[in-house]
Amino acid sequence: MDEKDLELLRILEENSRLSVDEIATMTNLSQEEVEGRVMALEAARIIKGYSTVVNWEKAGNGEVSAIIELKVSPERDFGYDRIAERLSRFRQVKTLRLITGTYDLQLIVTGKNMQEVSRFVSEHVAPMDRIRETATHIIMKSYKENGNTFFEQPETERLPYSP
Amino acid sequence: MRNFVSGRAQEIPPSGIRKFFDLVLTMEDVISLGVGEPDFRTPWNICESSIYSIEQGTTSYTSNRGLQSLRDALSRHLLQQYHLQYDSNQEMIITSGVSEGLDIAIRAVTDPGDEVLIAQPSYVSYAPCVTLAGGKPVPVRCIEKDHFKLNPDTLAEKITRKSKALIINFPNNPTGAVMAEDDLKAVADLVIDHDLVLISDEVYSELSYEKRHCATATVSDLWERTITLNGFSKAYAMTGWRIGYLCAPRGICDAALKIHQYVMLCAPVMGQVGAVEALRSSEEDKNSMVNEYRLRRNMFVAGLNRVGLPCHVPEGAFYAFPSVEKTGFSDTEFAEKLLKEQRVAVVPGSVFGDGGEGHIRCAYAVSRKDLTEALRRIEIFISGL
Repeated sequence: MDEKDLELLRILEENSRLSVDEIATMTNLSQEEVEGRVMALEAARIIKGYSTVVNWEKAGNGEVSAIIELKVSPERDFGYDRIAERLSRFRQVKTLRLITGTYDLQLIVTGKNMQEVSRFVSEHVAPMDRIRETATHIIMKSYKENGNTFFEQPETERLPYSP
Repeated sequence: MRNFVSGRAQEIPPSGIRKFFDLVLTMEDVISLGVGEPDFRTPWNICESSIYSIEQGTTSYTSNRGLQSLRDALSRHLLQQYHLQYDSNQEMIITSGVSEGLDIAIRAVTDPGDEVLIAQPSYVSYAPCVTLAGGKPVPVRCIEKDHFKLNPDTLAEKITRKSKALIINFPNNPTGAVMAEDDLKAVADLVIDHDLVLISDEVYSELSYEKRHCATATVSDLWERTITLNGFSKAYAMTGWRIGYLCAPRGICDAALKIHQYVMLCAPVMGQVGAVEALRSSEEDKNSMVNEYRLRRNMFVAGLNRVGLPCHVPEGAFYAFPSVEKTGFSDTEFAEKLLKEQRVAVVPGSVFGDGGEGHIRCAYAVSRKDLTEALRRIEIFISGL
């Protein structure tokens, strides 16, 4: 990892759809070098994948998401890792983090509707060994995801010319 | 009835871009590369702190010099960032943008008949401000062969017994040229030998892409004869806030302060509060904007060269200054035709004085998407010639 790698990561995190050619021109690297570096970052699993930030509410597919917080009794030798790994295997779990505070694990879960989400929590998550308590927060509206705001900001007026 | 307009006001030429301004207002779907300001919004923490201060009733005049907290923070910032040493109580004034700083600096050192050397191409207000102060602007041409740096030999040719001051601006608007320490040393010898005062507009100091900006006053013994001008507009995307600063040795600073207190009283307080926050915690925002400009520069300058407008690599600011000579048009004709035919607005280089002719200024402080589209349109325009 050097400054160039960090630069590539910043560029790709913001927009992973840029072509190798475009990235090469912007960074003053050759196309081969950009390709080589990106492949190395992928191989090292520093780049974990390429996804799209979607405003699902606007797309209108009716999906709901919830933040689920869990109190978990950690295991000797493994802490929270093994139970976290189990939870992460569920397709419904989009995000999973270990956090400080009242709760230990925080999940973001999506489902077709509220019933599906609550069934997932009550049937699959809550009964798991070592989970002592759950708190479910339905996400009512998303204002910002991964640095992208979901509300329209008016265009600011700029002069067409200024010296 | 007499003509009430003063001779000096009559002497100032009208803005060279007025004609384009009027034309562009009648058009739609124009991509403007004509704007000399960041396209980013001011980082929100800066806005928020200013809004909060208004809610708290911070709406009065500040001292003439500006808020003590801002000057103290600036003094530390300049030392840390550029090894510039200025006493926040005696050698610093917060101004209403660098524009005001420039005006009061020129007026503080210019007597009627004094010649003021101006490295050109340059920002458009230098010469008119000299004229208004009763001085005589003397352009010193910087050329592409020298990467638009100020060439000491050219400067020497223009120095006379009436020469009083030299105005420079690096990183430069409109060329993007940068002067490194060695380049400045060669100029410093002349400035010192001829006992000139140096007015250094360093408003693009944070936008230096290859190496850290070298502050003029830190070179040789220039400090005692340098007025450093800088501001928050370009680095922190705060153009509309109108906050700049003037730093100079005490004698000059006191003179500039007298003018400032009579014509401006103080810079707007809400802007000053925002500037304090900018220095306190907007380093990350600034760096990410600078990074983005660097990426755009690389992409845009490569694109200009590809479509047939030869362009040196600008090392600073956010302007590309390609030559249009090969097209056979003058810079003004080129800019006008490009606007009318492909709806891309650029500024003809001749607007910026000697050495600007035959070039156009393209500000790349616009989104990458717009830059790509502008390049596409320029390519169509050129292939149709």
